[in-house]
Amino acid sequence: MNRRDAYEESLTVPATVPVQVAVGGLLAGVDGRPDLTGHLLRHGELPDQSAAQLLDVVERSGLAGRGGAGFPTGRKMRAVIAAAAGGGRSVRQAGPVVVANGCEGEPASSKDKTLLVLAPHLVLDGITLAARAVGAAQTYLCLHEDDHEAIRAVQYALGERRAAGIDSARVQVTLVPHRYVASEESALVRLLNGGPALPAFTPPRPFERGVGGRATLVNNVETLAHLALIARHGPDWFRSQGAPDAPGTTLVTVTGAVAAPGVYEIPLGITGRDLLDLAGGPTGPVQAVLAGGYFGAWLPAARAMAARITPAGLTQAGAALGAGIFIAFPAGSCGLAETARVARYLAGQSAGQCGPCINGLPSLAAGLEALALRGDRRAPEHLAKIAPYVTGRGACRLPDGATRLIGSALTVFAPDVRAHLAHGPCPGAGHAPLLPIPTTATSGKAR
Amino acid sequence: MMSKPGTTPHLRINPLACHAHGVCIEALPEMIGSDPWGYPVLWENPVPGHLLAHARRAVASCPTLALQLVDSDTNPRQ
Repeated sequence: MNRRDAYEESLTVPATVPVQVAVGGLLAGVDGRPDLTGHLLRHGELPDQSAAQLLDVVERSGLAGRGGAGFPTGRKMRAVIAAAAGGGRSVRQAGPVVVANGCEGEPASSKDKTLLVLAPHLVLDGITLAARAVGAAQTYLCLHEDDHEAIRAVQYALGERRAAGIDSARVQVTLVPHRYVASEESALVRLLNGGPALPAFTPPRPFERGVGGRATLVNNVETLAHLALIARHGPDWFRSQGAPDAPGTTLVTVTGAVAAPGVYEIPLGITGRDLLDLAGGPTGPVQAVLAGGYFGAWLPAARAMAARITPAGLTQAGAALGAGIFIAFPAGSCGLAETARVARYLAGQSAGQCGPCINGLPSLAAGLEALALRGDRRAPEHLAKIAPYVTGRGACRLPDGATRLIGSALTVFAPDVRAHLAHGPCPGAGHAPLLPIPTTATSGKAR
Repeated sequence: MMSKPGTTPHLRINPLACHAHGVCIEALPEMIGSDPWGYPVLWENPVPGHLLAHARRAVASCPTLALQLVDSDTNPRQ
């Protein structure tokens, strides 16, 4: 079956059910059997590789992180091992730490939650393997404290594994406040060290000095689930799907103006058009796509359709793959008003730690609101003046992400900017919000 | 972290510690400007030799120890 046929077949699947396109991928055969027996029937037991064998297999697979940054997983593991070996005596004796990041900070993303609910044992397998690869005795799985479904699925799966006595690594589940910057890796490390879940000033980065001062491997849960399959089937199997420069499959969340929004597993390297088709196709004319979530950027529809869905492909198009979020934005809606709402949300999610973020994000949000909702002629100049003072000046990259998103809105919706300045806000500015803003979001500040 | 001989020292600011006292902006205007809210904006180039003494004084005068002089191989955006 060629790739095209696989997509068309998948179009018959109901909207809310995650679709598995790849053969034998993460979501293969997850039809209501997330339990250990179902998991073992699907995937078989974990092979008994040594640390050296695992590292070799991971590196040859070309697996890169699926949490947003896309860093090569094998290289990260080697960096942790090297840092652990180079630390002081107590640090060397304690060994490194593995942290699985299952907190989905992006409001529009649901792929990690979906994975944790449907295939928790793949994630737990991955934690075991990562711990074996870097020689960690201590492992954590971080989940949002209000993500009840994922917490329940993980706790149940851990109980099954304890009963079956199959785990070498004891996984400690840690609940994290639900806010945008709490799941940034240095924030997780601060939380695990007894502090607030707020980004830290780096370097030293977690891989050098993390939990308890020890070298710490922080991996997204999807990355770890891929590891569980790569260990079983080998690097060539993993590379048999996806693109040469971005091997394997990945989970994406496709929402907005598509007929079948949901979480999909796709081979990397398909086009944006393939992706929207997979999600049932557009429900009407699409003017733009928000790629990468609120840490990504707007793309004009035509450029999004033509883009290759790989980290490099989306960077080339002017956005980012990030955590694999694609929001189809319909014609007639106001991209400026929507982005202004998101900018205001992101400003509220600032941890309140760094001056340029504390002051800059509300100032940018106010400028965009003035443009989108009042057609204020001073707004473009204000935004252009403030943005350079915000980007690159925080401990984390929230200010950078917010600035990039706003900048892409001003570029992609440039005709709307002119129309708003000439005639005041467009009718679309009054529409009900399309982009998700968590209403119960924890404010960014420390509690 | 102090700069070692034979390396090219850079300034960096811990944005968590910086509370916009502005002392560094006055101490080293050649390399440090101000943003619209009074927080320091650093010149990204290495500190030239003739400004090293001034840079060290600026570092020492920061009330919150947010300003640092680091070796060029310490890349804060790795």
